[in-house]
Amino acid sequence: MKPTDIANPDYFHKVVDCQWACPAHTPVPEYIRLIAHGRYSDAYMINWKSNVFPGILGRTCDRPCEPACRRSRVEDENLVKGKKEPVAICRLKRVAADYKDDEDINSKMPKAPEKNGRRVACIGGGPSSLTVARDLAVLGYEIVIYDQDPKLGGFIRTQIPHFRLPESVIDEEVGYITGIGNVEFRHQRVDSLKAVLAEGYDAVFVGSGAPRGRDLDVPGRKEAAANIHIGLDWLSSVSFGHIDKVGKRVIVLGGGNTAMDCCRTARRLGGEDVKVIVRSGFDEMKASPWEKEDAIGEDIPILNMLVPKEVRHEGGKIQGVLFEKVVAKYDDKGRRSLVPSGEPDEFHECDDVLVAIGQENAFPWIEEDAGIAFDKWGLPQLNEKTFASTHPKVFFGGDAAFGPKNIIWAAAHGHEAAISIHKMLIGENPEERPAPGVNVASQKMGIHEWSYDNAPTIDHRFKVPHRPKQEALKDIMAEVELGFDPQLAFKEAQRCLNCDVQTVFSGQLCIECDACVDICPMDCITFTENAEEKELRLHLTAPAMNPTQDLYIGAGLKTQRVMVKDEDVCLHCGLCAERCPTGAWDMRKYYTEMTHAGHACHKQ
Amino acid sequence: MTYIAKPRLHHPSLVKNKAGFTRRDYEGAVSTLCAGCGHDSISAAIIQACYELDILPHQVAKLSGIGCSSKAPTYFVGASHGFNTVHGRMPSVMTGANLANRDLIYMGVSGDGDSASIGLGQFAHVMRRGVNMTYIVMNNGVYGLTKGQFSATADKGSISKKGVSNPDSSIDMVSLAILMGATFVGRSFSGDKHQLVPLIKAAMAHKGAAFLDVISPCVAFNNHSGSTKSYDYVREHNEALNRIDFIETREEITTSYDPGTTKTVQQHDGSILRLRKLGEDYDPSDKVAAVKRVQEGLHAGEVVTGLLYVDPTPSDLHANLNTVDVPLNTLNAPELCPGTSALDKINASLR
Repeated sequence: MKPTDIANPDYFHKVVDCQWACPAHTPVPEYIRLIAHGRYSDAYMINWKSNVFPGILGRTCDRPCEPACRRSRVEDENLVKGKKEPVAICRLKRVAADYKDDEDINSKMPKAPEKNGRRVACIGGGPSSLTVARDLAVLGYEIVIYDQDPKLGGFIRTQIPHFRLPESVIDEEVGYITGIGNVEFRHQRVDSLKAVLAEGYDAVFVGSGAPRGRDLDVPGRKEAAANIHIGLDWLSSVSFGHIDKVGKRVIVLGGGNTAMDCCRTARRLGGEDVKVIVRSGFDEMKASPWEKEDAIGEDIPILNMLVPKEVRHEGGKIQGVLFEKVVAKYDDKGRRSLVPSGEPDEFHECDDVLVAIGQENAFPWIEEDAGIAFDKWGLPQLNEKTFASTHPKVFFGGDAAFGPKNIIWAAAHGHEAAISIHKMLIGENPEERPAPGVNVASQKMGIHEWSYDNAPTIDHRFKVPHRPKQEALKDIMAEVELGFDPQLAFKEAQRCLNCDVQTVFSGQLCIECDACVDICPMDCITFTENAEEKELRLHLTAPAMNPTQDLYIGAGLKTQRVMVKDEDVCLHCGLCAERCPTGAWDMRKYYTEMTHAGHACHKQ
Repeated sequence: MTYIAKPRLHHPSLVKNKAGFTRRDYEGAVSTLCAGCGHDSISAAIIQACYELDILPHQVAKLSGIGCSSKAPTYFVGASHGFNTVHGRMPSVMTGANLANRDLIYMGVSGDGDSASIGLGQFAHVMRRGVNMTYIVMNNGVYGLTKGQFSATADKGSISKKGVSNPDSSIDMVSLAILMGATFVGRSFSGDKHQLVPLIKAAMAHKGAAFLDVISPCVAFNNHSGSTKSYDYVREHNEALNRIDFIETREEITTSYDPGTTKTVQQHDGSILRLRKLGEDYDPSDKVAAVKRVQEGLHAGEVVTGLLYVDPTPSDLHANLNTVDVPLNTLNAPELCPGTSALDKINASLR
């Protein structure tokens, strides 16, 4: 294998699994350390720069970082007394938002400079548009955001129940963006892209989401329409106070997070017998595992492998839903199909049905001759790097770009689109993306002292305290999760392995004494003859069986052997560097920060 | 030393041996020796050997004298017995312990000062008596604890860290051990665990006086150019005569080698040492040839390593003294006071 090029910023970025997995590449270990130090405002600002909505995401993110967390690969069930679990990254983010010093934060928020004379329209007031607005407003652009709802926030405000995300948090974080200045909100539904373009904007960003809930198409649907609701619209009506009660017996159809929000909301609006019924198997449901857990915890059963067949009614008055029982069959290529099991159909009585079986993009307001090309799935044809559409002035992001995803994706898209818009308007090529900023600093303080807490703890993941169920179900505005208090947050933060503090190897300093090999608790270092990767992986001190994780190859040794380190299981405890007599190993923090329109393209 | 304990988290593929322990279970306390010390690598090799041999830690007795090397037993097989004796007197304590309890696995750990200077006399006699043990000298050619004076194993003409040339002849521990009657003698290098671990395993299985001279560079005081015990020097001058693939009796022989490339030595208890030849044809069971080859190596400035001498049918101290077959602590009143008739028999035999 070739020696590893650690000058490539991606190499060590990849080792920070959580940050690499995060669509916005938030520097997770850095903010977790700051939380452990009680520096909540600083932790908040790192998040705010990177993902724009720390308080919101700290409650609602679907956490692509957590399945990636190294902790869940290296824990020992016997030692931690429980199953392997990642660090509670998402809920620690909330700690930063809960305990920050608001005055301090306000003083750190950027203010818009003098207007640069360019105007950008953002269609839709959700997270992607707000991100574009923030990144461009600080550069002097004049931003106009259009939304059909009376307040900014988009699906963040209309789809997420207030018992999961209090409205005050949304108001606060939307306020940080509008507070920059140069951001105008127009409570106005957009019915024509051409009309917006005709207003002479220099660029238009479309962040209008995937607003259409998929409907149910079975006999009886039309007749019983009074008691069948599309989940997305129903949640939005609840959010704005237009709906405040539901029948006692409620069936929620669908297995995604919207279904989970629907059933838990129904429990708070008078639903006593609420159940979720899903076509697929329980494990294949799209909902995040913790959301399923929370729903089940509120006495909501989840029934699976049942396909709705017919809505039964008497003269338009709903009686219940008939389901066909299915089993999953897999063909040679591993594709799943649901086939009838042959068992008798199941009938479930109900007073209301909430349909949460998917959401779709809808662009009825974009005229066919507006210059925007769509693909066969009805999504805009986009440059995946720049988010540019086929119209030179129009960019897309968030759910409107590649279909329904999550808030964190919307923020990531917003950053990219803002860079493209800025580059285009200053006459640069948007195809050339700015490199991330990397700050490298040795953590050595003394012979055995590091400026990070290098001893890994063996605590099991701490649970976020919840409001007592009886109390929570009574009040739809009462937030269920109470958040970590500072003591619990500290303990949970200590579970973080500091994967951004990298083991950096200098072969020319190494005397091949094996001290690092002997001390490494994870057996991840080997000195050996070089070979092809496949071969090497099998013949290390311990086999490197995770091909998604790199081998770090260090050369320059006197014996012409190579140092091979399996990044997969490294604890970043620094013992290799501590036992190294020559300083061939050093622990260096690689602080990697994505470049946004706001601070990198900007020429001072 | 390090300020944090070695984390208890471990590689997911770590497996238990037949005794029910993982390799990590054979570790000791975190080393307080200097970073990069060869002794730590030897400790790691002992840990690996004990793990691979499925040894029960409480069946091991570690004895040592004084010096950096003699601190090392703290850093391996923590759940075993340990005895830190006065300087150079480990062999006599081990002899006594072995006489009292012949069932334990004895491991003597010493250094070039402890064994070649103050304890040279004891060293000679423990070999001569054939105490069933594994005696490891962690040999760095220097007095590390007193900051870098030449030890008795430093080669004549080698240069100290301060630039002084050594005027005295060195003591070659391997030659001495063979001459004194050790029945298993090898030399290895702390930086070559592929060679060292099987040697330790074979030595521990040997039923007699087994001696290993392990060159172990002192990073603090003897790892400079001009030293003959530095990492670089040993790597450049290492003449490995063979590699052991130690095979136990109860395991089936599964690895096959081309004929003529290996030499097997069947030991008294049926266990087999399979030696892979490296270059020259060397017969480690020929004592005279062994002494000759080791001396030739010394003359040529080579560091001759591998299994240098083995007597496949050794007899140990207990056999020589015709002692009782069981540890003394298992003898009870009936065996210890056999009664008048037994006494009469003894008296009669002396008349």
